[in-house]
Amino acid sequence: MLRDITLGQYYPTDSIIHRLDPRVKLGGTILYILSLFFVKNILGYLVAALFLALVIRLSKVPFKFMIKGMKTILFLLLITVIFNLFLTQGTPIVTFFGKVSITYEGLKLAVFMAIRLTFLIIGSSVMTLTTTPNNLTDGMERMLRPLKVLRVPVHEVAMMMSIALRFIPILLEETDKIMKAQIARGADFESGNLLQRAKSMVPLLVPLFISAFRRANDLAMAMEARCYRGGDGRTKMKPLVYEQKDYLAYAALAVYLVISIGIG
Amino acid sequence: MEIVKAKDVVYEYIRRDEEGNIEGILKAVDGVSLDIRQGQFIAILGHNGSGKSTLAKHMNAILYPTEGTVWVDGKDTKDEEELWNIRQTAGMVFQNPDNQIIGQVVEEDVGFGPENMGVPTKEIWERVEESLKVLGMYKYRKHSPNKLSGGQKQRVSIAGVLAMHPKCIILDEPTAMLDPNGRKDVIRAVRALNDVEKITIILITHYMEETIYADKVFVMDDGKIAMQGTPREIFSQVDALKSLRLDVPQVTLLAYELKKRGVDLPDGILTIEELVKELSKCH
Repeated sequence: MLRDITLGQYYPTDSIIHRLDPRVKLGGTILYILSLFFVKNILGYLVAALFLALVIRLSKVPFKFMIKGMKTILFLLLITVIFNLFLTQGTPIVTFFGKVSITYEGLKLAVFMAIRLTFLIIGSSVMTLTTTPNNLTDGMERMLRPLKVLRVPVHEVAMMMSIALRFIPILLEETDKIMKAQIARGADFESGNLLQRAKSMVPLLVPLFISAFRRANDLAMAMEARCYRGGDGRTKMKPLVYEQKDYLAYAALAVYLVISIGIG
Repeated sequence: MEIVKAKDVVYEYIRRDEEGNIEGILKAVDGVSLDIRQGQFIAILGHNGSGKSTLAKHMNAILYPTEGTVWVDGKDTKDEEELWNIRQTAGMVFQNPDNQIIGQVVEEDVGFGPENMGVPTKEIWERVEESLKVLGMYKYRKHSPNKLSGGQKQRVSIAGVLAMHPKCIILDEPTAMLDPNGRKDVIRAVRALNDVEKITIILITHYMEETIYADKVFVMDDGKIAMQGTPREIFSQVDALKSLRLDVPQVTLLAYELKKRGVDLPDGILTIEELVKELSKCH
């Protein structure tokens, strides 16, 4: 059923990576991705691969879940590789039809790009697989707090994200219900060409939007009734506090960065 | 001491046409005065559109009276400086459980109110644990609210209000969207809050059966208080209730019909046990 869908791709298990502070994971992922673009030789990528493998091992998430994320970008990956392969200037290795040629530089760039993208996706998958969406929002709110000085509504955005996460399953269930109700009255969502099918979505979307607005209104009232008045003066039930393991993780990350920049 | 006091409260909805001109004024609440004492269990009855929900929203300062005054714990609800105190004193539970649960985990939702009030972290946890235990939902504290039944969700909502340590809880048709079992659970929980925790309960409903345990019942019709009294006083007036488009509980109706046909029964029988006792006396 629709209500059983998991949001994001959180893989529930208990590991040291799961228990890390979300800020460590967020910061770590960003730094890791940056490091992938600094590295310029194969040895550097080897270090990056080893580091990633270690984190995956510690996270206790089966490797096939990491691969799942790859499927969505496979097409993008393919295009990037092909473009780099054929459109880079340099010393040609093979030439087709006397015009298109694969160069040595192009081959190198294509391979590196493929490695980069693969590591980038797997690296960020590790984060989303080991952190609940809620935790992630919390981490982002805390990390972006300095932006408040620039009047960026950090708390409000985080609150919106967590409310959206809470309501997505409810709205999905509602979509299902409305769809069935409309099918029962003879609506046809499946046949016809693309345009006809898009048109047939109208009787689904209109009630869905009305209901979403009504829910939003109710929720706003319920939040006000429970004294919600924005982020100021609010305490946290689950505040983010760095523990020893988080400092250790930062240390490990620093070691990795030094090594990868050193040899890359 | 009065926890909620209303004097000559009028609330007008202004209907406008598309150009913003006033088309008509609807008095949803029309000259209501009532006193609710600390610790009472109050039921407000009425059919759809009788103004009962509008009145309830005045007690939590979500709406302000157009005319007249509402005091919560001695504070005028129009006083903006007292707004958050009032909302903390008089907690509110709404009809649709899905639309009032904010957290993605039960315990986080219960902690939402105390978080807003700025309660220290350690005390939030104590309050959450205590409230969930009172409502019998402690074992579900790590669950996602989406996976609970309607009755369970509504008890989580009540726990969320309870964690703010209110003196009074207003429940606006909390059972309207629940199945009979969920309804029973919620009403049982609400009665326990009144009996054990001594919290003033104001229950807005259109289910007669839910009001029989109340200390006092107000019946609303067309924005006005049409009847008030103990459940027994109210339900003995079967014809008056029918003229307000309200049904009396089945047992009460049965007793009333029996009495009309000459069986010697007292007025306003509220429970099956009572009727059985009275009937066995007749022989």
